[in-house]
Amino acid sequence: MPEDTPTDDDVTAPTPRRNTAPTATDGPRRTEGSLRTDGGQVAETTPSIQEIPETDTVIEAKDLTVHYGDVQALQPVNVRLPEREVTAIIGPSGCGKSTFLRCLNRMNDMVDAARVGGELRFRGKNVYDEDVDPVALRRRVGMVFQKPNPFPKSIYDNVAYGLKIQGFDGDMDARVEEALRGAALWEEVKGQLDSSGLDLSGGQQQRLCIARAIAPDPEVILMDEPASALDPVATAKVEDLIDELAAQYTVVIVTHNMQQAARISDKTAVFLTGGKLVEFGDTDRIFENPENQRVEDYITGKFG
Amino acid sequence: MSDASGAVDLTRAGSDIPAAKNLAVRAVFFTCALITVLTTFGIIVVLVDGALGFFREETLLGLLSGILGGLLSGGPAEAWAAARSGLGVQVTVREFLFGTDWSPIIRPRSYGVIPLLWGTMIIVVGSALIALPIGTATAIYLSEYADRRVRKVIKPTLEVLAGIPTIVYGFFALSFITPIIQRFFPETGTFNAAAGAIVVGVMIIPMVSSLSEDAMSAVPDDLRNAAYGLGATKFEVSTDVVVPASLSGVLASYILAISRAIGETMAVTLAVGMQPNITLNPLEPIQTMTAYMVQVGISDVSVGSIGYQSLFAVGLVLFVMTLAMNLLSLWVKGRYREAYR
Ligand SMILES: Nc1ncnc2c1ncn2[C@@H]1O[C@H](COP(=O)(O)OP(=O)(O)O)[C@@H](O)[C@H]1O
Ligand SMILES: [Mg+2]
Repeated sequence: MPEDTPTDDDVTAPTPRRNTAPTATDGPRRTEGSLRTDGGQVAETTPSIQEIPETDTVIEAKDLTVHYGDVQALQPVNVRLPEREVTAIIGPSGCGKSTFLRCLNRMNDMVDAARVGGELRFRGKNVYDEDVDPVALRRRVGMVFQKPNPFPKSIYDNVAYGLKIQGFDGDMDARVEEALRGAALWEEVKGQLDSSGLDLSGGQQQRLCIARAIAPDPEVILMDEPASALDPVATAKVEDLIDELAAQYTVVIVTHNMQQAARISDKTAVFLTGGKLVEFGDTDRIFENPENQRVEDYITGKFG
Repeated sequence: MSDASGAVDLTRAGSDIPAAKNLAVRAVFFTCALITVLTTFGIIVVLVDGALGFFREETLLGLLSGILGGLLSGGPAEAWAAARSGLGVQVTVREFLFGTDWSPIIRPRSYGVIPLLWGTMIIVVGSALIALPIGTATAIYLSEYADRRVRKVIKPTLEVLAGIPTIVYGFFALSFITPIIQRFFPETGTFNAAAGAIVVGVMIIPMVSSLSEDAMSAVPDDLRNAAYGLGATKFEVSTDVVVPASLSGVLASYILAISRAIGETMAVTLAVGMQPNITLNPLEPIQTMTAYMVQVGISDVSVGSIGYQSLFAVGLVLFVMTLAMNLLSLWVKGRYREAYR
C-alpha cells in the first residue's frame, strides 16, 4: 500500500524529501508527466522527465498546507499549473479540492479557522507574502462558484461589476458584450440586459457568473464544481465554454465528475482522502495509466 | 407513570386523551388570540369614539343614548332634535388638521394640531438623522467587520441600551445632554428640541442596528464571495452587495425606529418641554403630540371637557401615523423581499 514516505531511490526528485519535479516529454505546451507526493517507485519507468519551464508556470504550490483549526485539510502540496491549459482537480468529496482552489486566490482568508502554510506562487510571487493585497490578487485570478451566485442586480450590472470596482472607465457596453459573448450567453440575453440576473435559468445564471468572472480579463479562472448544480444540457454548454476559455485563460476546475475531468482538462490533479495530492499529470495518461494504485482504484470507481 | 405494560398505556393514551386535550389546547390558544384582537379592536373603537366627541357635540355612545332617550320620552321629533344637537360641530376637522395654533385649554381656545405635529416631526427627523446613519454603520460593522469576540460584547450591550426605561433617557437628556448643548449655545433653555432629538436618536440606534444586522447576516455568503472573488474590498462588498441585498430588512428597521420616535413619550416630555411651537430652531422648547397627551393626562381637566376630548383626537392622529408606518413596513418587506433566494 503506497504511503506518504518518499524514498531516496526517487532519482528524479530534485529535492530529497519530495518529488516536486513536474515532467514533460514534448516541449513546454504539451507537457507530459507526473508529480507525485507518494512513494517514487514508478519514477524510474518514466525516464524522460523534464520540468515545465518556469515561464509556462502560472501557479506553483510549494509545500502548501491548510489547517482548519487543528485539523489538517491539505497535506503539503507541490504542483505547478501550466498557463492556458485546463487543470482539473478531482478526488472524493472532503479531500480538500475546494480548500486547495481557495488558496489560489486567497478566498481562504474569509474562513476564520483556516491557516495556510508553505508557499503559493503566482507568476513567481508568493501570494501569502505580507505585502500581497488579496484584492489585487483576485483581480488577476477570477472565480466561479459551485452554486450560481449572480448578484440581485441586472444582467448588465452583474457583468460590469468587476470592471466597475477596478475603476474601468472605457467602453463598458463593449466589455459587457464581449464578456457575455465569451460566456456564450450574449445571444440569449442581449434583449434583456436590464432584467435581473436572478430571472435567468440555472445554467444561464452560471454562464452569467462566468461572464462576470471574465469581464475584468483575469489571467486565471478558478471554478469549483461549476456544473454540479446544473442539468445535463446546461452542463454540456458550460463544458464547451471551458474548452473555449482555455484558449485565453488558465483554467483550474474542481470537479467530482471524472468523465467531465477527462473531457475538458489537459492536466489532472488527483487528491485523495486526507488532503493529499497523490498524482498530477496529463489527463490522458492519468485516466489511461495512473501510476498510483489508489488513483486507479478511484478512477475506476472502486471507491469515492 | 412507569408501569411495565408501556405499549398498552401508549395505545390508550393515543386513543382518547389527546383528542380532548388537543381541543382544550386549541381553545386556550384561540382565546388568547381572540383577546388580542378584541383588545386592539376595543382600543380603536374608544379612540375613534372619543375623537368623534371632540369634533362633534357628542360621542357615538352619547349620541345613541340621546336619540334613544328622545325617542322614549318624546317620540321621533325629540329623537331628531337630540341627533341634530349631538351631531353639531364643535371643532371642524379642517381647523384641527390645518390650524397653526394649539391652545385647547387656555382661552382664547384654538385647535390647530400643526404645532404638535411639527414638534413630533422635529423629533422624528432629528433622531432619524442621528440614528439611521449610526445604526446602519453599526450594523455593517457588526455583520461584516467585527470578529466574533467583538460582536459577542457589542450585540448584548446594544440590547441593554434598548431595554433602558425611557424616563431614564429623558432624565439623561435633561441632566447631561442639555448642559452640553448649553456650553456651546448658552442661550439654550432647559427644555429644547435638540436634546430631545438627540436622546431619542440614541434610544432608537439599537433598534436600527440590531434589526439591520439581522437582515445583513441573513445575506448568503455566496453573494459576498462572488464580490470578493472579483477583487472587491470589504467596504465594496458591504455597500454594493450586502446593503442592497438586505435592503428590505434595513428599511423595515428604519420604519420601526421612526414609528418608535413618533410614539416616544417620556423622554421627549422631559427633554423638549410643553410649548407648542412651529420653529426650526432646535434650541427652542417645543411640544410633541405625546408630550401634550402627558400634559393633559396629569392636569386637572375634567372628563368630557374639550381639553379631555382633544386627547382622543391627538391620540387618533398618532395612531394613524404609526399605523401608516406599520403598513409601509409591510409593503417594503413584500416589495423588496427575495433580493436573493
Ligand atoms: N470552513 C471550514 N471549517 C472547518 N473545516 C472545513 C472547512 N471547510 C472545509 N473543511 C474541511 O476540510 C476538508 C476538505 O474540505 P473541502 O476542501 O471542502 O473538500 P472538497 O472540496 O474536496 O469536497 C473536509 O474535511 C472539510 O470538512
Ligand atoms: Mg468542494
